[in-house]
Amino acid sequence: MLSASWVDRIFKVITLLAASAVVALLFAIIIKLYTQSSFSIDKFGFSFITSTDWNPVTGEYGALPFIFGTVVSSFIAILIAVPISVGVAIFLTEIAPRWLSTPIGFLVELLAAIPSVIYGLWGIFIFVPFVRNYIQMPLHDVLGWMPLFSGPPLGIGMLAAGLILAIMIIPIITAISKDIISSVPILQREGALALGATKWETIKYAVLPYAKTGILGGIILGLGRAIGETMAVTMVIGNRAEISSSIFAPAHSMAAVIANEFTEATEDVYLSAIIEIGLLLFLVTFVLNGLARFFIWSVARGPRGGIRQ
Amino acid sequence: MNNLQAQYNKHMIRRKATNYIMLTMMVLCAVIALIPLISILTHIGASGIKGLNLGFITNLPSPVGETGGGMGNGLVGTLILVTIASVIGIPLGVLTAIYLSEYQQIGIFPSVVRFVADSLLGIPSIVVGIFAYVVIVIPMKSFSAFAGGAALGIMLIPIIIRGTEGMLRMVPDSYREAGLALGMRKWRVIVSIVLPTAIRGIVTTIMLGIARISGETAPLLLTAFGNHYWSTRIDQPIAALPLQIFNYAISPFEEWHNQAWSGSLLLILLVLIISIVSRVATRQQKFK
Repeated sequence: MLSASWVDRIFKVITLLAASAVVALLFAIIIKLYTQSSFSIDKFGFSFITSTDWNPVTGEYGALPFIFGTVVSSFIAILIAVPISVGVAIFLTEIAPRWLSTPIGFLVELLAAIPSVIYGLWGIFIFVPFVRNYIQMPLHDVLGWMPLFSGPPLGIGMLAAGLILAIMIIPIITAISKDIISSVPILQREGALALGATKWETIKYAVLPYAKTGILGGIILGLGRAIGETMAVTMVIGNRAEISSSIFAPAHSMAAVIANEFTEATEDVYLSAIIEIGLLLFLVTFVLNGLARFFIWSVARGPRGGIRQ
Repeated sequence: MNNLQAQYNKHMIRRKATNYIMLTMMVLCAVIALIPLISILTHIGASGIKGLNLGFITNLPSPVGETGGGMGNGLVGTLILVTIASVIGIPLGVLTAIYLSEYQQIGIFPSVVRFVADSLLGIPSIVVGIFAYVVIVIPMKSFSAFAGGAALGIMLIPIIIRGTEGMLRMVPDSYREAGLALGMRKWRVIVSIVLPTAIRGIVTTIMLGIARISGETAPLLLTAFGNHYWSTRIDQPIAALPLQIFNYAISPFEEWHNQAWSGSLLLILLVLIISIVSRVATRQQKFK
């Protein structure tokens, strides 16, 4: 009998060890990224994120062009993906009958299952020409005098990267918004409808205010994904480390520069600088994810003054 | 009074119009969201099917100008990488999930573990690649299949933890109580009752995770590196389907572009079949 209780204890310890190993893994990632980039952190300090000079020949490393590219492309993605995703989520939960919402929800989920390298391939050969001919050309003709839309419409560049990121994060924001919206108590809707509100007014005044924190969580999660996305971006953004006022111009991103230059980095300081970009990416997504989880979790409790079931 | 009535009617018309316009916009959103999916699938189908034949799956890549090249080594490489990732990720993920669901559901440490799992899930894949490079490639002094598999394995762990924990929690407590009441040890209850009950859901989670990592490219650039030849050694660079698609897609050769489309068709069939089959399987999984 004694041996049986030992088996019990050993089994518990094994599962505890596994759980501890997972926690240790995250710490190991943080420590390794930090120690490997400390050379670059010590050498360049804060100027690493404010300098625009990225020159392996002279040994100068400033990551601002990459940070700029990541921030702007992700911003374009969020700007476009958020209204569409929330619209799809409302369509799936509030408007579409079940026979329609199940298959459409399934198809939107499929978008998330497509590997990013395939988005990149489709981006290069199908989407970029489309962007050039049907988005950039007309914008260039009408609004070309604005710095934002100046420069030759190349197709490849910041706009294409932002748009492809938007497509990639739509399923993420949609999935979370859908879950959040369907968790809004039915009484909330019935109350508004009983007051004579139209369907849209019910959604606008009774459903969305209740769900907005959770949807914000979904948006931040999508943002985190957009910031870390590598393959599709590097294939369509143009990979040029320049800061341009035009969204038509080729640009670069933090994840893309790691993918492109990592295996070419022969000098210690070069490699260290690239790993520091990785560390920055990690920290940003880590904070964003924590924030997103907090928002999504806080909706589960419901807002103050909301109807509870 | 009449005036008031007229005002009300006018107001009502505007409200109803807004209602219809907004609802139509929502429908449009759904249509817009599906256009890229349809475009991607049709283009990959149409462009990829031409080159997809038995030779494509069994041959090595051929130099530019020669026909008959394939992605056989990439396919085998991807299978090897996914196998290594599974060996690392599945036990660690399932055991952690068992700890969270069966031994310690609430408290500080389980919350930390869940938070860590969520954080791991959100780390950009390229950063996981850097980590595997630093920890495995530098000490081994060579890019390797093992480093690539380890990177994918790290990405697999949080997917399996969160999915499996959910599946284990769906097993009703009365099942566990029945086992304990019969005098079974706790580990016996877990191994003989809880896991078999939830096994379909767990397998589904694992399959979805594998579908997700098998299309990953970014971490492999820094770890598996790619290989033009057959290699099954885990201490050497190895080819992978997504890596080959990437290299062919950014090459200047028309012929290689066609191969990239065929490779994508192969990869997407692999990924979609795994995820569709496992999603349909979960739909039927219900506990009373």
